[in-house]
Amino acid sequence: MNLLEQLPITQDLLYIIAGVYVLLCLATVIVSLMRRGQAPEKHLELWLRVKSWWYMITIFTFAICINRALSVIFLGLISYLALKEYLSMIPTRRADRRVLFWAYIAIPLQYYWVYSGWYGMFIIFIPVWVFLFLPFRMVLKGETDGFLKAIGTLNWGLMMTVFSLSHAAYLIVLPETASENHTPIFDKSGAALLFLLVLLTQFNDVAQYVWGRLIGGPKIIPKVSPGKTWVGFLGGIISTALLSMLLSLVISPMSLHMAALAGVIISFTGFIGDVTISAIKRDLKVKDTGSTIPGHGGLLDRVDSLTYTAPVFFHFLRYFYY
Amino acid sequence: MLLVRPLVLIGLGINIRNRKALPTQGPAVIIANHNSHLDTLVILSLFPLSLLSRVRPVAAADYFLRNPFLAWFATKIIGIIPIQRATKGGNPLHQAFEALRNNEILIIYPEGSRGVPEELTKFKKGISLISKKFPEIPITPLFLHGLGKALPKGDAVFVPFFCDIFVGNAQLWEGEKDLFMQKLEAQITDLSKQGHFPEWD
Repeated sequence: MNLLEQLPITQDLLYIIAGVYVLLCLATVIVSLMRRGQAPEKHLELWLRVKSWWYMITIFTFAICINRALSVIFLGLISYLALKEYLSMIPTRRADRRVLFWAYIAIPLQYYWVYSGWYGMFIIFIPVWVFLFLPFRMVLKGETDGFLKAIGTLNWGLMMTVFSLSHAAYLIVLPETASENHTPIFDKSGAALLFLLVLLTQFNDVAQYVWGRLIGGPKIIPKVSPGKTWVGFLGGIISTALLSMLLSLVISPMSLHMAALAGVIISFTGFIGDVTISAIKRDLKVKDTGSTIPGHGGLLDRVDSLTYTAPVFFHFLRYFYY
Repeated sequence: MLLVRPLVLIGLGINIRNRKALPTQGPAVIIANHNSHLDTLVILSLFPLSLLSRVRPVAAADYFLRNPFLAWFATKIIGIIPIQRATKGGNPLHQAFEALRNNEILIIYPEGSRGVPEELTKFKKGISLISKKFPEIPITPLFLHGLGKALPKGDAVFVPFFCDIFVGNAQLWEGEKDLFMQKLEAQITDLSKQGHFPEWD
């Protein structure tokens, strides 16, 4: 196991990743059986979704397994794509092109603070410095029509797509920056925490969808956000809590009942993130935030729950354990 | 162009509707609305690499040949067909005709200039001259949205925005210039109405 020693992951995490692939194979087989002998357009969206999961899980696994710089760059890229999707979707002002440019510049900076483990800067950069700078830049241009709406929508988008999501990245460096007297150690538990967060969040999305469909409504292919039934919601909470208890004992410092609590929190906040983005889509009268991921819609459709679960799970862990 | 493709995908991102209506071989003509230098790069990125050298943007000679470096880049890398906007005798479309005879695909911006971002202006008649001479060559209209926001005329700062592309069904010459022009203009306007675009002003 010489190779494994050089990678930023532990052996336990490797087993869990293998487990995820087993689940994925299972899902692929089930959907193939569902489509067997049917017209090709039957369950097509479901099939595209499963296919996209293969790509997403593989890319994500690579991104966290190779090295830390790559993991942080990868998550920065996710933030960038999410912000781009958001800014392409909302009304913006012609006069604000340069302001949007500066908003994009905030992304590499924010992820650099993450990479260097500078918690103080990471936690205030967007809510304080960028928050104060962007209206200043906007004022310099002198266009006052629609000023409040422009700065409000821009700041909200940055908080959701960059500030919130960067908490997921900070999980990688959390264990070692929290270690006493700041001796530079290479701690592999961070990648596992990130994996745990993303796995539980996405598992919850799928669990809410599956429970909602199994019990909630027969023969409906939900077009927007599935699993908005009570059954889906409660089923998601229970499933996610159980999975969290199973996994957290292996790859996190949490005890059994804290792991259950973490699962409930992730499930609940994931649901809020999902419906928040849905509310915005309905406001803007669009169905998906984009078409980047076949079967899923835009990237923002996929990371909507993560915008809520990442900061909440992060602060939960940090408060109790680091 | 190998470099441009990932840059277009990451820097911009493309949502394309009715992609199958794009021509897969020459001779063919593509017409599109024009808002940005990015238009050409994005349209070129829609074609497979094997076809790329046969896709030729028709562009203004006075602009793109104004200095040697730009001229080299435009003609050798992008492969433009330069045309003289102010003619002094001779047929300015001569090279374009030649390209079509070589089974190449032309990209033409009938608005003639990038103009005000995200606004359509009246089409110039060059396209009807081409179509009249080659009535059997299909003309495929494209409507592009978002690139005028990303890099408008007169601005050097690029800001990432998703780009929407609507491909219309190909048209053939119908024998009467004004009617034909009106039809093409109407088609691009219709394509633009398929989209749901956020406000930008």
